[in-house]
Amino acid sequence: MTTNIRVVHYLNQFFAQVGGEDKGDVGPTVKAGVIGAGRALQQALGEDAEVVATIYCGDNFFAENQDRAISELLRHVTDYKADLLIAGPAFESGRYGVACGAICQAAREKLNIAAVAGMDEDNVGAGLYRKDLYIINSGASIARMVPTLQRMAALGLKLARREAIGKPADEGYVTRGIKRNEFAAKPPAERAVDMLIAKIAGNPFRSEIAPPKFAGGKPAAPLGDLKSAVIALVTDGGLVVEGNPDKIEPGRPTRFTTIPIKGVDSLGADKYDAVHSGYDTASANLDPNRLVPLDTMRELAREGVIGGVHEFIHSTGGAHAAVDNAVQIGRQIADQLKAAGVTGVILTST
Amino acid sequence: MIPVAKEVGSLRAIAAGGIVSPTGNPELSPEKEKQFRRELVLRALATLQQKV
Repeated sequence: MTTNIRVVHYLNQFFAQVGGEDKGDVGPTVKAGVIGAGRALQQALGEDAEVVATIYCGDNFFAENQDRAISELLRHVTDYKADLLIAGPAFESGRYGVACGAICQAAREKLNIAAVAGMDEDNVGAGLYRKDLYIINSGASIARMVPTLQRMAALGLKLARREAIGKPADEGYVTRGIKRNEFAAKPPAERAVDMLIAKIAGNPFRSEIAPPKFAGGKPAAPLGDLKSAVIALVTDGGLVVEGNPDKIEPGRPTRFTTIPIKGVDSLGADKYDAVHSGYDTASANLDPNRLVPLDTMRELAREGVIGGVHEFIHSTGGAHAAVDNAVQIGRQIADQLKAAGVTGVILTST
Repeated sequence: MIPVAKEVGSLRAIAAGGIVSPTGNPELSPEKEKQFRRELVLRALATLQQKV
């Protein structure tokens, strides 16, 4: 391709050499050509592209007036007939990172032009935008400015030319959560044995699937006195009120249902159901106490073994739950239970 | 499923009645099933009082 690609570079007030935190209120501004590290960007782009303008905005102004800032900045991008927007790199600066993500997102959606942002993978902006945008992982240190801009330039040119984009590890961008099927050189059995031999020998190896990192909290202290405890019942077996009025999902849950059980001594088959795509719900439907042992808990409360049963059963269907969603659902349930003064939970799982 | 529970940090986990009926056993007579459920729930409550 011989057409010259027109590039606009987005910076914050600091990298645009206007000032530090004291200049965070500066509004959207445009200057022809490069500013500061933009020189390294132009060098990385080489002869095939030109940084025709640099747009910048104070981080505070952007955060407090996002829509207005974006609209004005995009006007400049249009005025300069840009084919490609390069934003950042923002490294660890959260406000700057979010601004980079937002302006790139808007450029793609509203102007349909290629855009690449750069920031540390732990930047809050990366968490927000990595699924929608290509974000080059700059790492935390500003010392990596030049190599980061080189990667941003390389990826930006590919996007502007509509070329195929390689894997995150190869191009240097933050993983976007996308899976693609491809043929491997060796069958999986051979790759697994190679990996195992490397692991046993203490040599480096790269797992093809990264195990999820479970944050895992500290277990709660042992429950002291059962006689005064109010115990809550929770389940991931998909218990619902007959008809599933809250429409909890049979799989891949994003939410839970809160079932009031004041005055209910036992879960009747006519009033409760189990909705769950991961197990045969027939026996739970015939007697829902097989899923959530309310009848037994009421007995034990009457006998004084426990102080009482919490007035709500929290339930979701745990089939194929994405870890993030499961954590969110668990946290929300826990928050409600804590607010209600519950000190012990029995969670039944299928 | 207990190894899964323990791996993600849920250390107080006890074996239930089976996947399709955690607090039941359809093979048992109704009275024996209620007895089974009671013993299971009492064990769960005891586990809440254990240090982990």
